[in-house]
Amino acid sequence: MDCCGGTDEHEDDCTEVTVKEGIDAKTVEAAKALESENYSAGFSTEIETEYSPKGLSEDTIRFISAKKEEPEWLLEWRLAAYRRWLTMEEPTWAKVRYDPIDYQEYYYYAAPKSGAKYESIDDVPKEILETYEKLGIPLREAEVLLGVEGAAETAATAREAPRVAVDAVFDSVSVATTFRKELEKAGVIFMSISEAVREYPELVKKYLGTVVPQSDNYFATLNSAVFSDGTFVYVPKGVRCPMELSTYFRMNAENTGQFERTLIVCDEGAYVSYLEGCTAPMRDENQLHAAVVELVALDDAEIKYSTVQNWWPGDEDGKGGIYNFVTKRGDCRGPRSKISWTQVETGSAVTWKYPSCILRGDDSVGEFYSIAVTNGRQQADTGTKMIHLGKRTKSRIISKGISAGKSDNTYRGLVSINKRAEKARNFTQCDSLLIGGRCGAHTVPYVENRRADAQLEHEATTTKLSEDQLFYARQRGLGEEQAVALLVNGFVREVLQELPMEFAVEAQKLLEVSLEGSVG
Amino acid sequence: MLKIENLTATVGEAEEAKQIINGLTLEVPAGEVHAIMGPNGAGKSTLSYVLTGRSGYEVTGGSATLNGDDILEMDPEERAAKGMFLSFQYPVEIPGVPVMTFVRTAMNSQRKLRGEDEISAPDFIKKSREIAKQLKLDAEMLKRPVNVGFSGGEKKRLEIYQMMMLEPRFLILDETDSGLDIDALKTVAEGVNAMRSPERGMLVITHYQRLLDYIKPDKVHVLAAGRIVKTGGPDLAHRLEAEGYDGVLGEAV
Repeated sequence: MDCCGGTDEHEDDCTEVTVKEGIDAKTVEAAKALESENYSAGFSTEIETEYSPKGLSEDTIRFISAKKEEPEWLLEWRLAAYRRWLTMEEPTWAKVRYDPIDYQEYYYYAAPKSGAKYESIDDVPKEILETYEKLGIPLREAEVLLGVEGAAETAATAREAPRVAVDAVFDSVSVATTFRKELEKAGVIFMSISEAVREYPELVKKYLGTVVPQSDNYFATLNSAVFSDGTFVYVPKGVRCPMELSTYFRMNAENTGQFERTLIVCDEGAYVSYLEGCTAPMRDENQLHAAVVELVALDDAEIKYSTVQNWWPGDEDGKGGIYNFVTKRGDCRGPRSKISWTQVETGSAVTWKYPSCILRGDDSVGEFYSIAVTNGRQQADTGTKMIHLGKRTKSRIISKGISAGKSDNTYRGLVSINKRAEKARNFTQCDSLLIGGRCGAHTVPYVENRRADAQLEHEATTTKLSEDQLFYARQRGLGEEQAVALLVNGFVREVLQELPMEFAVEAQKLLEVSLEGSVG
Repeated sequence: MLKIENLTATVGEAEEAKQIINGLTLEVPAGEVHAIMGPNGAGKSTLSYVLTGRSGYEVTGGSATLNGDDILEMDPEERAAKGMFLSFQYPVEIPGVPVMTFVRTAMNSQRKLRGEDEISAPDFIKKSREIAKQLKLDAEMLKRPVNVGFSGGEKKRLEIYQMMMLEPRFLILDETDSGLDIDALKTVAEGVNAMRSPERGMLVITHYQRLLDYIKPDKVHVLAAGRIVKTGGPDLAHRLEAEGYDGVLGEAV
C-alpha cells in the first residue's frame, strides 16, 4: 500500500521572523539564538586528532581494535563482520537518493590525541568543553558537568531530584562520564562500550550482536566491523535506574564516519530511561553515520529510549549534511517486558532509520513514537518494525511526519504477527503534515498477519497546514512563524508528551528552528 | 474610531480576481456599535477579512484607518496588536493546542508587538477564570484543543471568551448569531454588551434582526453589492425584517 501526498502549488510571500513564546522565556531566548545563526552547531573544534589509516581494510580494523586494547575475540568478531560485509550490497529500497559512498574515502577512527581517558573533568581539553558550551543545546549538560564535583552525593538524593547522567562521546572516544559513582552505588553500569569490553567482557560478550546480528544489514555489518565507541548500560535485577542516562554524540573530525555501538541491557524487573541527543558541525563533504543500538529487556524490565537528532542537514542546495543509516532494535526478551522508542528527527541530509521491537516475551509491549521533520532538501525514510512473537503482545505506533521545503518524508513500517503470537494487538497511527507545495509525504505500512485473533488498527492522515488555521492564529496576534510553530506543536503533541520534560523543551525548540522559513 | 473611505477590494488570484467591495465608506466612532446587514453575497464577510488582513483579499483602492493608523498595510498580527478583533463566523479548529495555551500565546505576542510586558501566569489564570464564569464556560473546556469537538454554540462562546481576554479596541462580529440557540445567544450578547465602552467600537455583521434585540446598535447600515446603500437607526433593522432586503433596497437603489 502506498499513499502519497504532495502538490505543486507554491506561494511566495516573505514575512520577518517573529519569536515564539514556547514553554518559558528561556526557551524563546535559546531558540532566538539558534535562529539568528541558523545552525549554530556548524563549527568544528580545533584539537589534535589521531586518525586510523584512511579507508577500510583488515588493517584498519586491526588498528582500531589495537587502539582500544581489545581482546582477541572482539577482533575476530570485527573481522568476521568485515569479511561478510565485503560480500554484501548497499540497500536501495528506501525512498532516498544520494551520491554513491566511497567507503575508502573515510577515516574509520579518530581520537583526540591528548588522551583517550580522563580522570576528571579538568582533564578534558578546553576546546571540547567549549564545543559543548557553544552548542547551546546541552544547557543542562553544563549543569551536569559542573555536578562532577558533587558526584560523591548519594544515590538517595539523586532519586529526590531527578538528574541526568551524561556520557559524552566526542568523535570516537568517550571523554567525560559523570555521575558514575552514584550509579555504581545503585549497581548500574554506565560507561563507554570500549571500557565495558575491558571491565565487563562477559556481559558484553553475552549480549553484543544478539539483537542486531552481524549479518543483519549492510550498515549494521559495517558497524560491527568498525564500531568506534558508544555506550554500554547494564541495570541489574530489580533496580530502577536512579536518573535518566544521556549521551550526546558529536561528530567532529572531518571525513570521519562515525560508528557508535550502543548496548543497553535491563535485567529482570529493572527500569532505565535513556536519552540520546546529537548535533554535528557543518561540513562540506557528506559524513557517513551508521550506528547500531541494541536493547535487551529481560522479564518485567522496561527500557525507554528517547532521541533528539539534529545533525547537519546540508545547505539550502542539499550540499553536505549527514547520512544517517542507523539500525536500532530492542528485544523484549522476557515476559511482561516493555521497550519504548521516542524519536524527534529534525536533522541529517538522508535518514534511514527504523527503531524496532522484537516482542518475544509473552505479554511484552513495544512502543514507537516519532516526529520526523524534513525541510530544505532533506530526505527521511523512517519508521519501525514491531515483530510479535509472544502471546498477548501489544504494540503501539504513533508517527508524525512533517515535510516542508523541497523535502521528502516517508514513513515505512512493518507490523508482523507470528503464528505463535495469539491475541496480539497493534495500533498504528501515521499522520503527515505538509507545509508548502513542493514537499512530499509518503506512508508505506506493511502488515504480515498469521493469526486470526490478532487485533490490528491502522489510521493514517495527510493534511496540509491550513491557511484558515494560520489566519485564525495571526488574527489573534501570532506572527506567521510563531503560528506555524504553534500549529506544528499541536500536531506533534501526542509524541512530545512521551519525551522526558527537559527533552520536550529542546525538541520544541528544534522543531521551530527546523521549520524556520518554511512558509511562503 | 474605524474610518473606511471609498474602499475597493478583490478576492482571488490574478485573472480570477473578483471585485467584491465597491467604494465602501463607513465610520464607526469609538463607543458606538454599528450593525451591518445585507443579503448573501453582499460582501459582509469579505469586508471583515479585508479589515483584518486575510491573504487572498486585495485592496485595490481607498483607505481604512483605526484610530488614525493605516491598517491596510499591516500584517494581520499587527492589526490584532493595534486592537482589531474578528469573531469568526466559522471558528477554526486547532488540534493539539489547548485554548489556554493559544490565548496566552496570542496575548503575549500582542503585548510584545506593543512593547508591553508579558502577563504573569497567575494573572492570566485569574482573568480567564472570571471570564469563563461570566460566559458559563466549563474550565475543562479551556484545557481542550481550540474548537476541536466543540458544538456550534461553544465555538461562538469561545470567540467571545477570546475577545474578552484580549480586550481589543475594535470588534468585528461576523454572523455571531448563526448556529446559536436563544440561551446561548443571550449569553454571547451579555458578553458583548459587557465589552461596550467609550473607547471601543463594534461592527456587528448579521443577517437577522434577532441579534440586534440583544446587542442594541447605534446605527444600522445596509450593505449591498459591496457598498453601504442605506444607513439608519435601530428601526431600520426592524424594517428589513418586515419588508425584506428587496423592499428596502428597492427604494434605495
